[in-house]
Amino acid sequence: MEMKILKEGSGEIFCKNTPAEVRKWTRENKSRALKDKRMRLKDAVKKFIKDGDYLAIGGFGHIRVPMATIYEIVRQKIKDLSVAGHTAVQDIDVLMAGGCVKNVDIAYVVGFELRGLSGVQRRLFENGQVKKTDYTNGAMSYRLRAGAQGIPFIPVKVMLGTDTMMHSPGKVVKCPFTGEKVLLLPSLNPDVCIIHAHRADMYGNVQIDGHIVKDDLQARASKRVIVTCEELVDTEVIRADPGKTVIPFYMVDAVTEHPWGSHPGNMPYKYYFDHEFTEDYLAAGRNKDPKVLKNWLDEWIYNINDFYEYLEKLGARRLYTLRDVEFLRPPVRGS
Amino acid sequence: MSVKNYTLRELMACVAAKQLEDEKAVAVGTGLPLVATMLAQQTHAPNLLIIFEAGGIAPQLPTLPISVGDSRTIHKALCTTTLIDIMDTIRRGYVDYAFLGGAQIDKYGNLNSTMIGDNYEKPKVRFPGSGGANDFGSLAWETLIIMDRHGPRRFVEKVDFITTPGYLYGPGAREEEGLSENTGPSRVITDLCLFDFEPETKRMRLIACHPGITTEDVIKATGFEILIADEVGTTDPPTKEELRLLHEVIDPLGFVFKK
Repeated sequence: MEMKILKEGSGEIFCKNTPAEVRKWTRENKSRALKDKRMRLKDAVKKFIKDGDYLAIGGFGHIRVPMATIYEIVRQKIKDLSVAGHTAVQDIDVLMAGGCVKNVDIAYVVGFELRGLSGVQRRLFENGQVKKTDYTNGAMSYRLRAGAQGIPFIPVKVMLGTDTMMHSPGKVVKCPFTGEKVLLLPSLNPDVCIIHAHRADMYGNVQIDGHIVKDDLQARASKRVIVTCEELVDTEVIRADPGKTVIPFYMVDAVTEHPWGSHPGNMPYKYYFDHEFTEDYLAAGRNKDPKVLKNWLDEWIYNINDFYEYLEKLGARRLYTLRDVEFLRPPVRGS
Repeated sequence: MSVKNYTLRELMACVAAKQLEDEKAVAVGTGLPLVATMLAQQTHAPNLLIIFEAGGIAPQLPTLPISVGDSRTIHKALCTTTLIDIMDTIRRGYVDYAFLGGAQIDKYGNLNSTMIGDNYEKPKVRFPGSGGANDFGSLAWETLIIMDRHGPRRFVEKVDFITTPGYLYGPGAREEEGLSENTGPSRVITDLCLFDFEPETKRMRLIACHPGITTEDVIKATGFEILIADEVGTTDPPTKEELRLLHEVIDPLGFVFKK
């Protein structure tokens, strides 16, 4: 018996990968060997992220975001990315400022939460330059769960009755068992997922302290996974507490140690937001004169070689003060 | 009459906090709902179960989080988990309140946080979108809504975009569309007054005005016809202690209550 579609949204599906194809691809392309996956971030981005890829980003928009990798993507001028905007804040903003983004699956964009709206994203979404499909945070996670599970769609109980649903690709049907209405959403298997974690070993066993957000699902659903970490640890550290391993090695393609790799974001238990840095960036993006934003991008991305030079520009005192703010203690530092 | 020593925005936060009962569970959105939730935890509701969509469960909020996912939302938490686990928790029926804000609202409590304008492709203003708001408003038992700058451009006959479901198009609409029964908005707290929803019509109803605000003021500031309770009460002004908590503990940097 064919399922009757009672209502459907008009949203475009930007990620074309299907779970069946991804499963086949995995057999051929993902190593199950314990091998050293350390590489320079520059090389990892070059090797695993292509123009037109569908990108999923770890963390929560400005918390535990893989900013070092984001900056590298912008520096390499990768184009036409589709992005999972699953609470996307500073991560997607910098990618959009750098002209890397063509399509966005929106759950949350444009906003910097309490800091207000982004000039960069407002411009690009309001003039229709970047295409979009609306979802919710829950919906994006459900889609990843389906992708991780290897099924082509998932029934959910959100978005029903709203314009959010009508601008998604969701379809309303009756449950064949109970008759209640449910919304079906397509699964999501991103081409590549970038994650910043607290620690990983050289093989790509990844541990995260505190909330995981959606990084576990993203790593399971994506074809490629690029990991940066605050600390590269010996595998014995992983073996001593394997219950903490959120992402096992065989899902991971590249590992790079990058302390402060989430700056100016908040890395729980490590450092809090660099509020001034983000306010300066937001002001550059809101400025009517596009030169101001261009100068910001030149200074912090294009005119430097890598994330180490970025950290050198920030300086040790500024960075370590963010640790004091994280731990709610008054900063007492230096001369 | 003495000069007021508080702003309507501060009063709104205090009234909003009082809507949260101790030993109930709230899933909280960014901005003013977060301020009110934190104030409730610091005053009458120390055992309020607070959950955040990014994965923080039962934290002791030390100071106002900038994000519903930052370190403060897991400070001394009892559990840290995933976003989907939070949504599952709400869907399973553990969460009494969704606590949300928005840019526009209509008489059925439908919320718009997506866009202003009538062209989806080229909106006049693009706002963040749902985030977790639609999930919370679809899945929690009750939705509490805070709207500041109460005026006819924010309280409208028809919202430009229904991001998060209120009672949609009237009684029975949520159930008809597939949402669970006995759910939906229960309170709207504004900088002028407090509304509930009349049980038969599911329409917004004025139940209390803030001190110095009249029913006429509320009617003028609202772009749709409101229902008015038989007895319209007056909300309690903030206490000195509440004001101290708002400025010294919750928002010392003035993110919400600008200095």
